[in-house]
Amino acid sequence: MARMKFICDAERCIECNGCVTACKNEHEVPWGVNRRRVVTLNDGVPGEKSISVACMHCSDAPCMAVCPVNCFYKTEEGVVLHDKDICIGCGYCSYACPFGAPQFSSSGTFGVRGKMDKCTFCAGGPEEHGSQAEFEKYGRNRLAEGKLPACAEMCSTKALLAGDGDVITDILRGRVISRGKGAEVWGWGTAYGNQAKQGA
Amino acid sequence: MKTAFLICSVVLLTACGEKPQEVKGVRTDKPAYSGTGVAPFTEAGWKAGDKDGWANHLKARATYGMNDHVRAPK
Repeated sequence: MARMKFICDAERCIECNGCVTACKNEHEVPWGVNRRRVVTLNDGVPGEKSISVACMHCSDAPCMAVCPVNCFYKTEEGVVLHDKDICIGCGYCSYACPFGAPQFSSSGTFGVRGKMDKCTFCAGGPEEHGSQAEFEKYGRNRLAEGKLPACAEMCSTKALLAGDGDVITDILRGRVISRGKGAEVWGWGTAYGNQAKQGA
Repeated sequence: MKTAFLICSVVLLTACGEKPQEVKGVRTDKPAYSGTGVAPFTEAGWKAGDKDGWANHLKARATYGMNDHVRAPK
């Protein structure tokens, strides 16, 4: 069975923000909420590196561990999703997440965070697949349509890889062998480091 | 007097009762391979409910769409 993962190849990312735009457009994400963003390390310095960051759908997700209302769940494919009808907007997941993935729309009354929003790996939520309710709360369910996340499929340089962990690691391995460098995958150890220990 | 005290105590302490606070948890979510049932947006090449077919379709899609080393001329 496929175990869905993200890889951002920092040797290829050119900070075009195409992934950010694709995500916002695909899911009609509201103003002020960015499910995905591009972070540049050593910006302006020769050799700067950019990486596209969103929820990594961790093997041992800290957001799931700290949620006081247990609104998170993990799908068969390893995608970490949440139920907005249960979320109380406490923000604990935001503090726990090492990637800064949980987002809170600030459009409500001041002092109210609203429901948490994050990358769904384009897998929707607990509403009926393909329904209007699912789209309005979580965005499109591309996985159930037989597609991969829009961010990765729209990436102009194919820096962002998304899909079955075995497939995308094979793709990266081929690149590393070909170019002879750039094997470091940012965030991989943090997100999936405990996988072997857990047997997940 | 004693009876009145007992009645008052019972009435006042009723407010101390607590409702059950069980963790509700999420509702059931169908697996992705069950499809959306919305034909115009569903990719051809696999059937809804076919788990292996769906997984293979996504693998092929990832390999074709993201592995430019395979597609580029040698």
